[in-house]
Amino acid sequence: MPINILMPALSPTMEKGNLTRWLKKEGDQIKSGDVIAEIETDKATMEVEAADDGVLARIVVPDGATDVPVNDVIGVIASEGEGSAAPSVEGPSAAPATQQSAPAANTAAAAHAGAPVQQTGEGATARSPKAFKNGARLFASPLARRIAKQGNIDLAKVSGSGPHGRIIERDVKAALAKSPQAPARPAPALAATATPSGPSDETIKKYYAPGSYDEIPHQMMRKAIARRLVEASQTIPHFYLTVDCRLDALLRLRAEINAAASKDKDGEPAYKISVNDFIIKALALALIRVPDANVTWTEATMLKHKTADVGVAVAIPDGLITPIIRAAESKTLSVISNEMKDFAARARLRKLLPKDYEGGSSSVSNLGMFGIQQFAAIINPPQASILAVGAGEQRVVVRDGAPAVATLMNATLSTDHRAIDGALGAQLLGAFRDLIEHPAGMLA
Amino acid sequence: MADTYDILIIGGGPGGYVAAIRAAQLGFRTAVVEREHLGGICLNWGCIPTKALLRTAEIYHYAMNAKDYGLVIDGKVGYDPAAVVKRSRKISAQLNGGVGFLLKKNKVDVIWGEARITGAGKVAVEASKKPPMQPQNPVPKGVLGEGAYQAKHIIIATGARPRALPGIEPDGKQIWTYFDSMIPDKIPESLIVMGSGAIGIEFASFYRTMGAEVTLVEILPQILPVEDAEIAALARKRFEKQGVKILTSTKVVKVEKNVNGLVATVEDAMGAAQTLPAEKLISAVGVTGNIENLGLEDLGVATERGIIKADPFGRTNVAGIYAIGDVAGPPMLAHKAEHEGVVCVEAIKGLDPHPIDKAMIPGCTYCNPQIASVGLTEARAKEAGDEIRIGRFPFIGNGKAIALGEPDGLVKTIFEAKTGKLLGAHMVGAEVTELIQGFVIAMNCETTEAELIQAIFPHPTLSEMIHESVLDAYGRVIHM
Repeated sequence: MPINILMPALSPTMEKGNLTRWLKKEGDQIKSGDVIAEIETDKATMEVEAADDGVLARIVVPDGATDVPVNDVIGVIASEGEGSAAPSVEGPSAAPATQQSAPAANTAAAAHAGAPVQQTGEGATARSPKAFKNGARLFASPLARRIAKQGNIDLAKVSGSGPHGRIIERDVKAALAKSPQAPARPAPALAATATPSGPSDETIKKYYAPGSYDEIPHQMMRKAIARRLVEASQTIPHFYLTVDCRLDALLRLRAEINAAASKDKDGEPAYKISVNDFIIKALALALIRVPDANVTWTEATMLKHKTADVGVAVAIPDGLITPIIRAAESKTLSVISNEMKDFAARARLRKLLPKDYEGGSSSVSNLGMFGIQQFAAIINPPQASILAVGAGEQRVVVRDGAPAVATLMNATLSTDHRAIDGALGAQLLGAFRDLIEHPAGMLA
Repeated sequence: MADTYDILIIGGGPGGYVAAIRAAQLGFRTAVVEREHLGGICLNWGCIPTKALLRTAEIYHYAMNAKDYGLVIDGKVGYDPAAVVKRSRKISAQLNGGVGFLLKKNKVDVIWGEARITGAGKVAVEASKKPPMQPQNPVPKGVLGEGAYQAKHIIIATGARPRALPGIEPDGKQIWTYFDSMIPDKIPESLIVMGSGAIGIEFASFYRTMGAEVTLVEILPQILPVEDAEIAALARKRFEKQGVKILTSTKVVKVEKNVNGLVATVEDAMGAAQTLPAEKLISAVGVTGNIENLGLEDLGVATERGIIKADPFGRTNVAGIYAIGDVAGPPMLAHKAEHEGVVCVEAIKGLDPHPIDKAMIPGCTYCNPQIASVGLTEARAKEAGDEIRIGRFPFIGNGKAIALGEPDGLVKTIFEAKTGKLLGAHMVGAEVTELIQGFVIAMNCETTEAELIQAIFPHPTLSEMIHESVLDAYGRVIHM
C-alpha cells in the first residue's frame, strides 16, 4: 500500500516550509531512517527521514518548492513488493495509508503518524492539519481548526470546552478575542507579509529605474526576521538605558583564565573564553540578582523565569539567529564558551533546532568586533530585554580628579516597558556593570 | 412523615418522564406527578396520534393515485373515520403504556394527581379537578395517590395548552382545538384552519387529503412563519395545488356559529374583509405554558408571558425549583423538552452538561410535503451580517425521489462563506423529516463543508440530496 510522506512540522508553530531538495530520486530504494529530503524552515534547514522501507514511488513537491503547508503530501513511498512499477498516486483517494515521515530532529510535533492527507496544487482543499499537544493528538472540531488557522491561533494553547475536552468553535473564538493581533481581520496576511502597513511592492519599485537593481526572492529566514521584528517594534514599547563598563579587570582575568587552559596533544587549549562569554554570564547572573527583570510579559500574567536563559545574536550569511544558552547563570565560562562555538557552527550550517532558539528571557547582541561604539537593539519576542554591546576601547576618563586611560565598553539595554520599568531596568544594568567591572564575582 | 425524594418532577410528558429516567439512572430517588396521561400531550394528543392520522392520509393518497404506480384498485377507495381515529388512539395507548413500563423499570414512583408546591421542598398532590380528555387511558397500576411529598429538587415540566383568541374560544363543537381535531366523528366538508404553524399545517394537510375543503388563514405574510421563506413558498405552492386555499396577512376577526357550522369574517392587511362559511374551524394559534395552580406566586418563581423563566440548566430564580420543556419557553418541541430534562438532571448531579444550543434544535412538520429545518434561515443568516454561501438541490435531480414518485422538493443549505460553518439547512419534500438529522449531527460536530463533501452518501437515497446541496453551495453540484 503506498504511504504518503508529509511535510513535517518541526516546531509547534511551524505552518509551512520550503522543500530545499530531494536527496533521493523516484525509483530509489529507501530504508527507514534514510535521509530523503531537506526542508528549510524560518530558521533552519532540516533533514527528513523516511519512516518506512520501500521505494520512492513519486515526488509530489519538487526541489525548491516554497511555502509548502505542514502535512501536505510531498512524496509517496510504495511498500516493498510494489516496486517502482507502482503507479504514481493521484491524490488522496488513491493513497489511503498515510504515515508522517519523521524529521531527523525528533521534535514532539513531528513524530506522529495519522495526519491527514492533502494534495498540493491549485484547488487543494483547505483542510487543516491535525495538531498535537504534548505529543498526544489534539481533538478539535473541523470548524475550530479552520477558524484557528484563519486567525493564526495555535490550537495547542486553546483549552477545549466541548465533549471530552474537544476544542470547539467557541473556544477558538474566545482565544481569538483574547489574542493581541485578533481584532485585525486580515490577521493571516500579517503572517505572510512582513510589513502589512507599508507601501506596496509595486509602489516601492517605482522609485527605482527598471533594470537598476537585481531582485532577490526572500529566504524563509529573511521573512521570519522581518515578521518578528515588525511584530516586536509594533507591539513592544521599547525604552533604552545606556551605561559604560570598565573592562580592564575583565580583560586581565580573561588573559589569566585562558593562559591556564590545559592543552590537548595537538596543542589546542581546552577552552578560549571570549569577552562575549563573560558578557553572557554577567547578564545571566544579573538577571538572577534582579529576578523581577527576568520575566516575560503575557496579557494575563507575568512569567517570572526561574533560570536565566540568555540568547546570543549570531550573524550568519543572509541573516541572523539567536540561539539560547539555557540556565547560563549556572554554567561555567568554559561551558558557555563551548556551547556558543557549537551554536555558531550549527547556525552557519542552518542546523539549529527550534529548541535551540525559542524562548529565553533576554539576549546579548554584540557588534563590538565591528568597532561599533554604541547601538540599541530590538527585543526578540517573547523576551523582555536585550543588551546591545559595543566595542571595548581605551578612552581617557577622569579618575580621582585627574585624566587617566581606561578600557570602556558601552552597553545599552532595551527593555519591554510593559514588563520592566526604568528603575528596574537600571538595577539590571547596574548589576551587569558590577559583574563586568568585578569579574571575579562570575567565578563564584 | 412524608416521603422524601431526591428529585420530584411535576408532569409526565416527554420532558418529565425522560428527566425522571435519567435521574433514576444517576441514582436519584425519583418521582413523577401526573394528573392525566403518562407521555403528555406529545404521546397522547400531539406528535404521535397526529403522525398516525397523517400516515392514514398518506396511504389514502397513494391508494387514490394507485394507477400512477401501475396498480389497479377495483372499486372505490374510501375510509371509515371511526376506524382511522381508533387506530390513532390505539397507537397512543400503546406508547402511553410503554412510558408506564419504562418508569416502573427504572423504579421511578408515579404519583397520580395534581401537584402544588407548598413550600421549599414540599409538594401537595390532590386529585385532579381537570376533566380528562376522552378517550382516557386507565390509571396505571401501582401509582401513589394524594398526599404531602418532599423532595430536594422539584422540576416543573407541566407543558403547555392551546392558546385561545377572545371571541373565538374553542367549544369542541364548531371550533376545535387540536384535541378535537384528532378525534373527528366524521371528516367535515369544509374547514377553516386558523394559524399556519406546525399544528395548523398538519391538520390542514390531513383534512385536505381526506377530502375536506380547507382554508388556511395566517396572520403573517408567510405560512410556516419560522421556516425559511423559500421553503415556505414552495410548500405553499404544493398545498395550493392540492386545493388548500391559503390566506396570508389575514386574520380571523369574527366567528358566528350557526346550525350548519359557522361563518368566519376575515380581514386582510389592507382591511378588506370577506366572510367564509365552514363546517368547522380549527384554532391553532399557538400554545401557552401551564403555570397556574402550582404555587409559583407564593414561592416567588419568576414567570414571563405564560412561561417560567429558567436558565440553560433549567434553574429558576428559586433554589431547588427547576423548569423544563414547553413551560420553560419556546421552541415548544418534545425533543427540546427531553434534552432540557436530561441537562437539568445532569446539572443537579454536578456532571457539568453542555447547555442546549437553541440554534441547533431541528424542527419538523409532517404535512405533505414534509418540512424539516435546523439552524438559521437565509433571512436570519443575512441579518447576522456575515457573507454566506447557499446551496440548493431539487428533488427532480435525485434518482430515488423520481423512483418514489416524489419529484417535488428542495434541499437548501446555508454556509458562512469565510469559515465553511454550516449555518442552516432547510428542506421540503418527501421524507425530509428523516433526513434533517444528517445536518443536525454535522452541526453538532462542527463540520465544515469539507467534511460534508468528503462523506460518501449511499446511492440511491434521498440523502444524496444533502451531499448535492452542499456541493452546490461550493459550485460543484453534479446532478443539476
